[in-house]
Amino acid sequence: MNLKLKIWRQKGPKDNGKMVDYPISDISPDMSFLEMIDVLNDQLVEKGDEPVAFDHDCREGICGSCSMYINGEPHGPGRGITTCQLHMRSFNDGDTIHIEPWRAAPFPIIKDLVTDRSAFDRIIQAGGYISVNSGSPVDANAIPINKQNSDEAFDAATCIGCGACVAACKNASAMLFTSAKVSHLSLLPQGEVEAQKRVLAMVNQMDEEGFGNCTNTGACEVECPKGISLEHIARMNRQFLGAAISHSPEKGGGGGE
Amino acid sequence: MAATGLFLCIFLLGHLAGNLQLFLTDEAGKLQFNAYALFMTTFPAVKILSYLTYFSIVFHAVDGFLLTIQNRKARPTKYAYSRPDKNTNFAARNMAVLGSLILVFIVLHMRSFWYEMHWGELGTDAAGNRDLHTLVMTSFKNWWYTLIYVISMGVLGFHLWHGFQSGFQSLGLSHPRYSPIIKKTGYAFAVLIPLLFAVIPVYIYFFG
Amino acid sequence: MSEFREKTSIVDARIPEGPLANKWVDHKNHVRLVSPGNKRRIDVIIVGTGLAGASAAASLAEMGYNVKAFCFQDSPRRAHSIAAQGGINAAKNYQNDGDSTYRLFYDTIKGGDYRSREANVYRLAEVSASIIDQCVAQGVPFARDYGGLLDNRSFGGVQVSRTFYARGQTGQQLLLGAYSAMSRMIAKGGIKMYNRHEMLDVVLVDGKARGIIARDLNTGVIERHSAHAVVLASGGYGNVFFLSTNAMGSNVTAAWKAHKKGALFANPCFTQIHPTCIPVSGDHQSKLTLMSESLRNDGRIWVPKKKDDPRKPVDIPEDERDYYLERRYPAFGNLVPRDVASRAAKERCDAGYGVGASKMAVYLDFSDAIKRMGEDVVAAKYGNLFQMYEKITDENPYKTPMRIYPAVHYTMGGLWVDYNLMSNVEGLFVLGEANFSDHGANRLGASALMQGLADGYFVLPYTIGDYLADDIRTGPIPTNSSEFDAAEKEVKDRLHKLMNNGGTKPVDYYHKKLGKIMWEQCGMSRNAEGLREAIVEINAIREDFWKNVRIPGSADQFNQELEKAGRVADFIELGALMCQDALDRNESCGGHFREEYQTPEGEALRDDDNYAYVAAWEYQGAGVPAILHKEELHYENIKMVQRSYK
Repeated sequence: MNLKLKIWRQKGPKDNGKMVDYPISDISPDMSFLEMIDVLNDQLVEKGDEPVAFDHDCREGICGSCSMYINGEPHGPGRGITTCQLHMRSFNDGDTIHIEPWRAAPFPIIKDLVTDRSAFDRIIQAGGYISVNSGSPVDANAIPINKQNSDEAFDAATCIGCGACVAACKNASAMLFTSAKVSHLSLLPQGEVEAQKRVLAMVNQMDEEGFGNCTNTGACEVECPKGISLEHIARMNRQFLGAAISHSPEKGGGGGE
Repeated sequence: MAATGLFLCIFLLGHLAGNLQLFLTDEAGKLQFNAYALFMTTFPAVKILSYLTYFSIVFHAVDGFLLTIQNRKARPTKYAYSRPDKNTNFAARNMAVLGSLILVFIVLHMRSFWYEMHWGELGTDAAGNRDLHTLVMTSFKNWWYTLIYVISMGVLGFHLWHGFQSGFQSLGLSHPRYSPIIKKTGYAFAVLIPLLFAVIPVYIYFFG
Repeated sequence: MSEFREKTSIVDARIPEGPLANKWVDHKNHVRLVSPGNKRRIDVIIVGTGLAGASAAASLAEMGYNVKAFCFQDSPRRAHSIAAQGGINAAKNYQNDGDSTYRLFYDTIKGGDYRSREANVYRLAEVSASIIDQCVAQGVPFARDYGGLLDNRSFGGVQVSRTFYARGQTGQQLLLGAYSAMSRMIAKGGIKMYNRHEMLDVVLVDGKARGIIARDLNTGVIERHSAHAVVLASGGYGNVFFLSTNAMGSNVTAAWKAHKKGALFANPCFTQIHPTCIPVSGDHQSKLTLMSESLRNDGRIWVPKKKDDPRKPVDIPEDERDYYLERRYPAFGNLVPRDVASRAAKERCDAGYGVGASKMAVYLDFSDAIKRMGEDVVAAKYGNLFQMYEKITDENPYKTPMRIYPAVHYTMGGLWVDYNLMSNVEGLFVLGEANFSDHGANRLGASALMQGLADGYFVLPYTIGDYLADDIRTGPIPTNSSEFDAAEKEVKDRLHKLMNNGGTKPVDYYHKKLGKIMWEQCGMSRNAEGLREAIVEINAIREDFWKNVRIPGSADQFNQELEKAGRVADFIELGALMCQDALDRNESCGGHFREEYQTPEGEALRDDDNYAYVAAWEYQGAGVPAILHKEELHYENIKMVQRSYK
């Protein structure tokens, strides 16, 4: 197939970027989207041009590196997939494909399609853990965990931290990401102990990073490659309100609309 | 945002209940409605509720305005090509615009009736009460005024379509068993309440 | 006798004395400790944040050491451990099927075809149960049954159910557990995290590892970092084959730089080829995707009996199908170990019976399973895998058999370490897949995650203290020494050379070329002649690479081509060493199959009299054969026997 690519090119964090046109031909429908970019990049290198920088690593939909806004949607058309799982057979010969980086103030662009998502790391550092040291924990079966809670915790824990939720949200909100971790840990007896402190700290960090507010449009859930549910946002809101009232006088804000 | 929004939903129900009396366009209806209007502007408990409502409207609008500014700041560079229609519905994307239109409507609406009821030069009915009823009847004999009302109720419908269930979500009032019911109730509310509000002026225009 | 230069000194693994079952406990009781007050004065660098690196970083920081952790990804959460699917073994015996530390130990030694160290493997089995406890305490959502207790599945041909799992995403959940433990310590200041940093050299001061040179991948700035010990947990080197199930960024660079500085590289030719991967679809292919081993529980593997059969698989009648695994291995059938299944597929395809457009694939057929259990049950068990397959190939596995082919998956070889996980370079510790590890010549399913976490949570935290006890009075290591100067200069010169050689070819051109040679000559089966040729060809690629590779842009900016180039340059040198190791090992064992050494039925033929050793290689320069050091393997508790699956 032959395609017309329109790709965001930006030399560095402080440079101005622009959309640049790249025609590309002889693309096999069996290629993955990233393999199509590989072909383009090899052509660019052979011409002596700089290849398009983009984040990618595992190429099987689990590391969360790849992050392209393709034809107006994070990870392109198709549901429940990351960009690396998108195949060229989803497009038609002659299509124009727009490719942009995630756009959000807390995700500054490093180069071309590569953004800095360390804001997500800092949200986890604020409280996305259970305070236990390595060494001698109790036997794994000492505390039985209700299967339903355990399964739901797992569903939340499948978040790959790709940032598609932020990219899709018209407010660049990180509520789905943050709530997935809050929800995962608070559903387990081990994590329930510090649930109040956690939700306040993580929401506070999320706001400090400059993510927008949740207006419950649901775009994040639709675009999430792992299908993480809005239910987790509701749970976080509930816990945040509860904690804000009963745990501490500090003003969190941003927990809801 | 959510709490004031949901409170205003309750207010809408109360307001509608009062408005339904306007289907009575005859003399008895006039007396009943004007008595009701007097009660609503003077009874202490209702007064408290009305102050709560004013506060809710102002808070809801100001908070919405501030949140919108914050949300814009979170994405300083827009996408060159975006297809939000692929993952959200019209109402959810346009709450701020819809809300602003509703605010304009509220100002207009309050100028027309609320202001007149409190400080305007209204006649009195047979019972000696200020005659709001006649003002309402004459207002809606005007076709463009009625049309503005009908359109505004459409806007309100969209706002509620997303807002009702969104309020529950923001407050964390969510449960796998009850959330689907809340959603359906929200959609029914968003369609029925504005529809009934809109039917009244249309009825008055044609049959009043 | 090896045809390569050999050192007379035998490498000493410093295995503690005493009976096998007491070694680790005794050792822990007698290693030196560093007091809490002194730990504050000690810095440790950890390179890599996969299961081994993240768990070690978290554990050491909790103990009070100052940890500096480095990863080339944009977040430690993206290390490739995240992609492990199946599960993690532990001798918990929750299923009451007679499992024990000894049985896990025995299975691992046997699975590794008797080429691993008894004491290490026993320790691994011993701490396995604690790993599960630790992970559950961290909030890892393992699968549970309705009583709320942990569930197990059986895996990889062993006779007990000891595999703990979190759907098909066990690696992800374990890594996120370690990542969260790390995040906690980053917030507390115990770990200083360096994302998007790549280690480009290790710095030795007075023969001890005292720091690294790293490149900030965002800015291209070359940085010096010092510490009292350096821990490498930088993963395996499967990407030397270009196509593998590894992540695109997985590389050997950190380990290779250490090797060049004197660390021995052990058993490099031991690579694991996983039998059930989605086959290559064309030249554009950038990586291969694994389909969980569990599929072989219900799927039947076959090829047509007729060469180049043009019919669709569903149109080929039963009596014209060759279920070759069931034919060759009636006792184990489709459930033979990974190395055996992989070789059998290759044998059929090489003989001309392969299927699909490339003819390099075999069928994995679920039609019998669907007939027997119904489509619903099959979907419940394998639905997500079928879906993944369909996404990639656009074929519906419920209607037509899957096409599969083996792919490079894991490397058992790596930097040589002693019982304390320290390499022969003092102060340089190596964990996880990066070390030559506990898996011998073949790794069992669900054992990689176990080893990574065992090393990081339960072994290194104790053994590193024994080394660091000497450093409590050393004080901070300065980075302005001549050793740091020299290492930094070397790194910068090399980058300069890559950027300014005026070449014309992209890095991938060389990587693909190298991969093809490695796959053909040093892949599923090897022979002396091919290996000798490969070494010559690889040396030629190296020379061509340094003359003709082209890297656009500059070295002082974000430059992914430059990153790739540095990694491929190291892969090229490693490739030659792998071939040398494979050539030296005149036997077949585990993943290493030498065509000259097989039974009349085509099975691997081990030579315990001459090759029961770890081959640890000493670097002599690019293009120069490495020197062989041997660590003899002594089996005191297990009798070595030939594996049979007939």
